[in-house]
Amino acid sequence: MRFLRKVWLIIWKDLMLELRTKQILSSMFVFTLLVVVIFNFAFQGETADVKRLSSGILWVAFTFAGILGLSRSFIFEKDEHCLEGLLVSPLSRGSIYLGKMLANFIFMAIVQAFIFPIFAVFFDFDILYLIPKLIPIFLLSTLGFASVGTILSAISVNTKTREVMLPILLFPVMVPIIISAVRSTAHILDGGSFIQMASWLKLLIAFDAIFLVVSFLSFEFVVEE
Amino acid sequence: MQDKKRSGKSECMVEVKGIGKSFGNIVALEGIDLRVKKGEFLTIIGPNGAGKTTLIKILSTLMKPSSGEGRIAGFDLREEQESLRKNIGMLSHHTFLYENLTAHENLKFYGGLYEVENIEKEIKRVIGEVGLETRLYDTVRTFSRGMKQRLSIARSIIHDPSLLLLDEPYTGLDQWSERRFKNILRRFHEEGKTIIMTTHNLSSSLELGDRVIILSSGKILHEQEVSRIDLEELERLYPESRQR
Repeated sequence: MRFLRKVWLIIWKDLMLELRTKQILSSMFVFTLLVVVIFNFAFQGETADVKRLSSGILWVAFTFAGILGLSRSFIFEKDEHCLEGLLVSPLSRGSIYLGKMLANFIFMAIVQAFIFPIFAVFFDFDILYLIPKLIPIFLLSTLGFASVGTILSAISVNTKTREVMLPILLFPVMVPIIISAVRSTAHILDGGSFIQMASWLKLLIAFDAIFLVVSFLSFEFVVEE
Repeated sequence: MQDKKRSGKSECMVEVKGIGKSFGNIVALEGIDLRVKKGEFLTIIGPNGAGKTTLIKILSTLMKPSSGEGRIAGFDLREEQESLRKNIGMLSHHTFLYENLTAHENLKFYGGLYEVENIEKEIKRVIGEVGLETRLYDTVRTFSRGMKQRLSIARSIIHDPSLLLLDEPYTGLDQWSERRFKNILRRFHEEGKTIIMTTHNLSSSLELGDRVIILSSGKILHEQEVSRIDLEELERLYPESRQR
């Protein structure tokens, strides 16, 4: 319970900071919206191709928006050396990681919840039919993204070229998650059943578990001098 | 609570032996032996690069020593870090405060990390100690440097630590804020808190401390009770340490 209370404190602090600054959500939301709108105009009149490519478009938007959010994740901790304030308190490094990771997960999930209905309207999909089937895919993919993205964000924030460094570090590691997310989303958008894409979901669960455990255990070595 | 009781068994708050720290080929600290009694105010002075901040970081568990061992507040420096941290209040020239949260939210957050009971009561106590009652619900970014540092003191004592570690706490403070800050430190000292402070300010080290240590090139160069040394003598010794 103590552990979870401290994890919640980190999440609460990040949510409060975001509520005040609106830096992460606003940039993620505007970016994702722009990508969806631009692709919508670019493929106007080519319905068949768009349906086939829409899953990729959606995940390109989510992935790059996620990078924007993750790159800001440790900025607040860097100002006034707040991370040192956390490290000197009786807080396990794992709880700092979990708190930051879940806060990132929440930010990405909020953006997805607002953007998907807009995407569905632009690309002419039935929202009510798709949403229940897409929720597990979105949650599992975002969890994997946030798991590995949080620890790489902690690494890149200490480099001079952090905006460039994060995607360079993150994308190669994220390949299995992105492929699984795109393929399983495409399957659902194409009218496929939930059972048919079970193998992609299993892959997502396996990578989530691996990324989560490895990142949780190695976070200590990333943040300590 | 159990973690805080252990410090009562020993008369020594800090006892470290042979502490060393290297960054590759660069030796930042070498063979530091340090004993600090309960309630003692120790000041560590030394030129830039002497190893003061490294020593404070090791004592606060922010950094692992390359060699040596020690106990702080009765807890092993390497093995019992989480319990040890409950007994430490850390203050540096960085405030560790979130600029976009209010003073109240910052204190509530840090109090929560230290599992402080009756948090609202404790917030009232510490904010009163630093004289910022009227700014409790203002965001920290609207504070002056001096006010931020005072709030940072409140943050560092919210859990009533038995040991305060201060790393160059006067940096960026104007004369008025510095005087006010010294009064707060004096009061803590009178209340029996153990304090270890690094500073460049020689007169402050004599004014507030019980004992002064001059650190140079990662080694303890001189160690003296404040009652047995005056500013002139300290100034004579200090440049000597810079020339080494």
